[in-house]
Amino acid sequence: MTAAVARLARWEILLGLVLLALLGVGQAMSAVFLTPRNVANLTAALIEVAIMALPLALIVIAGEIDLSVESMVGLACALLGFLWAAGVPLEAGIPIVLVVGALGGLLNGVLVTGFGLPSLVVTIGTLALFRGLALVVLGPQGVSGFPDAFTTFGFGTVPGTPIPWPALVFLPLAVILGVVLHATWIGRQIYAVGKNASAARFSGVRVLRLKLALFVLSGTIAALAGVILTARFASARADVGQGMTLTVVTVVLLGGVNIFGGRGTIPGVVLAALTLAVLGNVLRLGNVSAEIQSIAIGALLVVSVVIPNLAHQVQALYRRVRGGRHLPAGAVGTG
Amino acid sequence: MTHRSHRLVALGAAVALLAAACGSGGGSSPAASAPASEAPAGSAPASEVPAAGGPNVVFIPKAVNNPYFDAAAEGARKAADELGGQFTQIGSNNAVAAEQIPFIQDATTQGYDAIVVSATGADEVAPALKAAMDAGIKVVGYDSSPASGAYHVFVNQTDFSLIGGAMAQWACDLAPDCTGEIAILSATATATNQNAWIADMEDALKDPKFANLTLVETVYGDDDPQKSTTQAQGLLQKYPNLKVIVAPTTVGILAAAQVVKQAGVSDAVKVTGLGLPNDMKEFVKDGTTPKFGLWSVPDLGYLAYHVAAKLVAGEITGAEGETFTVPGLNDDQPYTIGPDSVVILGPPFEFTPENIDQFNF
Amino acid sequence: MAEPAVLERPTGWAGRVITLAARQRELTLAGLIVVLAALVALQAPQLLSSSNLAQVTAQASIIGIAAVGQTLVILTRNVDLSVESTIGLVAFVVAEVLAQRMLEPAAAIAFGVGLGLVLGVANGVLVALLNVPSIVATLGTLSIYRGIDFLLAGGKQVTLTDLPPGYTDAARATVVGIPLFFLVAVAIIAAFAVILRQTTFGRQLYAVGSNPEAAAILGIRSRLIVFVAFALCGMLAGVAGVLWGIEFGTINATAATGVVLQVVAACVVGGVNIFGGSGTVVGAGLGALFLGFISNALILLRLSQFWLQAIYGIVILVAVSIDALVTRRLARSTTVRRSFVGAAAAGRARR
Repeated sequence: MTAAVARLARWEILLGLVLLALLGVGQAMSAVFLTPRNVANLTAALIEVAIMALPLALIVIAGEIDLSVESMVGLACALLGFLWAAGVPLEAGIPIVLVVGALGGLLNGVLVTGFGLPSLVVTIGTLALFRGLALVVLGPQGVSGFPDAFTTFGFGTVPGTPIPWPALVFLPLAVILGVVLHATWIGRQIYAVGKNASAARFSGVRVLRLKLALFVLSGTIAALAGVILTARFASARADVGQGMTLTVVTVVLLGGVNIFGGRGTIPGVVLAALTLAVLGNVLRLGNVSAEIQSIAIGALLVVSVVIPNLAHQVQALYRRVRGGRHLPAGAVGTG
Repeated sequence: MTHRSHRLVALGAAVALLAAACGSGGGSSPAASAPASEAPAGSAPASEVPAAGGPNVVFIPKAVNNPYFDAAAEGARKAADELGGQFTQIGSNNAVAAEQIPFIQDATTQGYDAIVVSATGADEVAPALKAAMDAGIKVVGYDSSPASGAYHVFVNQTDFSLIGGAMAQWACDLAPDCTGEIAILSATATATNQNAWIADMEDALKDPKFANLTLVETVYGDDDPQKSTTQAQGLLQKYPNLKVIVAPTTVGILAAAQVVKQAGVSDAVKVTGLGLPNDMKEFVKDGTTPKFGLWSVPDLGYLAYHVAAKLVAGEITGAEGETFTVPGLNDDQPYTIGPDSVVILGPPFEFTPENIDQFNF
Repeated sequence: MAEPAVLERPTGWAGRVITLAARQRELTLAGLIVVLAALVALQAPQLLSSSNLAQVTAQASIIGIAAVGQTLVILTRNVDLSVESTIGLVAFVVAEVLAQRMLEPAAAIAFGVGLGLVLGVANGVLVALLNVPSIVATLGTLSIYRGIDFLLAGGKQVTLTDLPPGYTDAARATVVGIPLFFLVAVAIIAAFAVILRQTTFGRQLYAVGSNPEAAAILGIRSRLIVFVAFALCGMLAGVAGVLWGIEFGTINATAATGVVLQVVAACVVGGVNIFGGSGTVVGAGLGALFLGFISNALILLRLSQFWLQAIYGIVILVAVSIDALVTRRLARSTTVRRSFVGAAAAGRARR
């Protein structure tokens, strides 16, 4: 276990170096880069994505995937707007929304664990379903006029610091999930399930219950991200969050989480979120066109897997030439 | 062997990629690869390179891949050239608030003199624009208004209340004997300006002279050519007696005209609404869309740039009742800033087979 | 494993129906389409008008052709999320090339299909050669291809008037009363149905997906098979992109955004197993037609478009649930087929 942690730690260090390099580029490029305002902006721009990436990382490590998160954001936003417009105070509305998020996650979880359906298909289905429900709940109109305290929480920063309020949701969540994953038996079970579900089952892990819990967590946190987004936008609309899943999944994979499960860390995901946030900011400050940004992010995702695989293959070839053993089939995984 | 070493290479490559990505922005942004001390003009923030004559203005449209905003940018660029100022247009590929807000925030930190913005959502972008105003930046809205209080001046393309009435009149003109079923093809169901025009048009239709026109349905094509096409096809299927499709959106009117023409029913069903003359020329001439309207989109960008320049220069503050003149617009008569700090470009313009060839945008 | 009684031999009436439905997936789906169409036509007779049928089948054909390519990929236990960007990029490039009068229509179409093939080959290289998991690779190319599209198109859009006169007439053209697009789709589906059933490549495709280890033992070159599947998927997405341009006339950089959902949904509804190894292109094509009719019915019945997304989601979930249920009932025979017959003559498995 320690060996695995040590091994993975390297990816985080490297991500950190990339981040530093990007910070250097940003600093050299623009005098405003390290101003508190810019730091606040670049943090805020991706905060909901970062929050959603945390539970998704656990799901992917456990060998599943949840593509429905962006629609849950939309459903949470629409429902909160609907409730607020109907006169329900936020103190009651927000808990209701979070419960709906948990129920949505439960639906995903039950379909995956109870029916044994592939999570990829199930969450593509709920991706459409939750978005449809959001549109049905709120219809075409937008809802605004939320209380100032609420919108300040979404857009403002902690007085005297460049820290956006939502970061105060993200940080504890990252710490808690990090500790759970890396220092408790739950975390060990998540890894075990992701590496080999049947072996984990035989060694007494309640695989289905664990996965179910992770989907519920993901749904709840996605709903929370929807609430934060509503606060930041000071308005609720049913189409909020469209296209977010792509970014969330990119953060998770760039963070070193193996798409096939069994490998990945929370610090890696946090660093990946920061890296993407800084990258976007640097590109925007450099007035790099949005087209290039989309290509750069896609390429980054592919390259982060291609290069290690290539190096691996070159090394394997070199060994074979030197008369080394053949690689077992499937050993050239993604790492 | 360790997997680490490969990851290392990967990250190296990633950095290289980033550098390449920054560098390849060269066309639009030499600043990315140039030393900060001498960022070339054109994309450099005003705080680093004091503007020679005119202001340094950034336009942030809803999305950068829309011909409508390119037409507006043309006018803005012309104004910038004339005033000796700088013009930059940035923005996201998708017209969503989550992607527009970071552009507004980063424009704020870059210290432009003025931000000219078409709001993806009135309330969504308001906090970011207010932060820009707090930072001393002049904020001008164009095309789609941010929430009141989140801009200094909103340059309205036309008096919105005139559009609803004009569209009702066009529908009446195009329906035989001003009688029969009409339908509306709108953009997104959440678009504020669309909904306002549609509401105005519905009001206008209550006028007894339109009594024989029946508005059967309003459908939404989300300003997406494909979805608009499907919706227009659906209208033809659902209402065999349909006489006119009114589309108050440049994407929708084009899609509807194409559908009607392809279905070969141009004689029975007419299309009108708001469209770009270049898009519609053929349909105006072949009788599918004998008349439609719009304002001069390049003039909209031109006026918005001038308003931004005047705000920066302190000539106006955006208060109601202030007046100013922009040469070449409004017959050189002064514009007056109205309630909610709104300036109106002019009345909607009606395009017909006779005049359509005079326009190129 | 919970229902050993039905496992042995589904004797009950319901059991027999389900078994039959599972074995005749395509027939069941075709029946469902007919029932759906009949029910909707009671309320909205225009559904059966020739112009409406032409429109529904045209758009379903585009999705169906892309779904055939997706099926090839899914059969190998992979997925191609980049198809929508391929469709969009090909649609724009072909339209632009035509608008600039750089190529004759026939050459432009061939160019578009070739471009799709190149984009598919790029995916194939990433997945089969460089071992990038397909979901990661195609998620990356999804945004890369779209980025290129944005880069080329900028704010431009190609409209009907820019295209050569008569080019888009193909969208409404008919051959002996049958829409041209539909015939193209049927021809492609038939061709690939034959390829999958009759050729070595087809059987190997099923073998790789249903049991990679056995396929390897049998000496099947899995990487090559996966590579070819991606290349063909790109090529078919290219065909879909060309048709997209003809159908809609107006093409900008955002063309076909979100379409991957419909393509994957068509496969899933058509009974293609997302875990690979089973499913047919006929099923995927019928899946596309089924979804096309649902979306058309909502418009004709004047139901709120807001329900469309939700209904799509429910259809996907129901289809995949039924699939799982049926698969479980057939667990024994299917398992036997998959592991033994599967690798050798996998083309026949669960047909």
